[in-house]
Amino acid sequence: MDGNLNALTTVFTEFYYWVTVVFMFLIHVGFCMYEVGASRSRNHMHTLMKNVMIIPLVTVTFFLFGWWIYWAFPNFPLFGGLDTEMGAANLPWSENMGTNLGDRITGVFWAAFLLFSWTAASIVSGSVIERIRSSALWVHAVMIGSVFWIIDAAWGWHYAGWMVKYLGYHDAYASGVIHAIAGGYALGVIMVLGPRLGKFAADGTPRDIPPHNPWMLTIGIFLIYTGFWGFYAACNVPVISPEVIGGEIVGTTWTATNIYLAPTTLSAITVNFLMSLSGGLMAAYVVSKGDAFWTFSGGLAGIITASAGNDLYHPVQAMLIGAVGVVIVYNLHYWVERRFKLDDAVGAVAVHGYSGVVGLVISGFVLWGAPSSPFEGYAAVNPIGQTLGAIIMFFVLGFLPGWAISKMQAAAGVLRIPEEVELQGLDYAEHHAYEDAKASITESDKTLLAQK
Amino acid sequence: MSTIGYESWAVDLAEVGAIYPFQGWEVAMTILCVIFWVGWHRIQFVREGEHLEKARKMGEKDKIAKALERY
Repeated sequence: MDGNLNALTTVFTEFYYWVTVVFMFLIHVGFCMYEVGASRSRNHMHTLMKNVMIIPLVTVTFFLFGWWIYWAFPNFPLFGGLDTEMGAANLPWSENMGTNLGDRITGVFWAAFLLFSWTAASIVSGSVIERIRSSALWVHAVMIGSVFWIIDAAWGWHYAGWMVKYLGYHDAYASGVIHAIAGGYALGVIMVLGPRLGKFAADGTPRDIPPHNPWMLTIGIFLIYTGFWGFYAACNVPVISPEVIGGEIVGTTWTATNIYLAPTTLSAITVNFLMSLSGGLMAAYVVSKGDAFWTFSGGLAGIITASAGNDLYHPVQAMLIGAVGVVIVYNLHYWVERRFKLDDAVGAVAVHGYSGVVGLVISGFVLWGAPSSPFEGYAAVNPIGQTLGAIIMFFVLGFLPGWAISKMQAAAGVLRIPEEVELQGLDYAEHHAYEDAKASITESDKTLLAQK
Repeated sequence: MSTIGYESWAVDLAEVGAIYPFQGWEVAMTILCVIFWVGWHRIQFVREGEHLEKARKMGEKDKIAKALERY
């Protein structure tokens, strides 16, 4: 770090990403609370552990190969070979991955991406509660968290990704690259996994399975909102000069940029986050007739729908796009549930998947012709590119792998828990051990008391 | 044609101001925002009124009394 300005910029950037990582941890806390609150009491410890163990499993695998995929895959396999040079700099044995006074950014940047990986895996985790084997979910967590989402990030969320170059793909805050793919993946899994016992009556009518603790759901989703602030900030480069970007921008004015190194402001994304949250909450309240949980989820869906273009939208556009998205995904959720008898326990496919797809398509029209990149020769943002991008995210990299891996797990008999266990509850054995331990220590204390 | 007014970033950022889509339509968008907000209140007032009318006929006296005692 030669020069005080360079040193300050580097340390500021390092600290900036570190703060976003801490904020984003709240997303995972929120997901855990939401899932546990939504599950029935007889399943809550297993539901919690299923989500908590996503943290180490995705972290280790993201360190081993996920991060390398991001840097090696921007044009692979359709538009070039692996970028071995960039990939090599981000392998587990690269010097950049250890304590290194010459590189203070790779570690925090890796961590920010890792937290996105946890989110992708956690979205899938919510939709499959109370009937999937933890072992099966943890394989899915690694596949979505350290393989498929990071391939889509290399293709469509990297300044040199082929989707950005040739399709003009624009997805600043991850409507597609996190939410559409994770929702699509969850849809593929639940299609094979099947609904919870009792979810559908004999005539096919869906039953509501109420949460065992509504307050946990409420706090959980508010924590997800909070962590989402960190997520938004983490998707930006906080400050960079045109010289360092190396694209077409002229002059010497430094700027914040989105992930594609195209200019935006932290101020804009803060206002747009709040306006799309508000549009989502208001529309969800109306469309769900005041249902508390759909209203809360609608706030999240509003943000997700507007996220693709929230680096550029006007606040009113962000609000209206969030509102429109919620109306579409709410209706789509119930149509799919009735038509295909699918049990998405927390509405994750709708809130993340459908919102992501709708948000990408809308952004293609609203941002039509805007430059997708500061580099020369890239396609501009356009509706066809955004729609193709949505299909790649939701179906190609999301739904298909989720469905195929679940099919393999089902064929091997390792996807779903036995019906007897589903009825008695996943925590049955632990409850027994708890009751036995209580009885034993109480008996021991009574014996000691009698001897006094 | 670009909805944000820029077709490339080959510009000096010191000379760039607004970059949101459909500049010049701010007043129209604000009117839409007001319609959305006021429309929401209208829908909510009507719905809550209907709900309370139904709710006032739903209660059973003995159950309400028990609920009052439960605090």
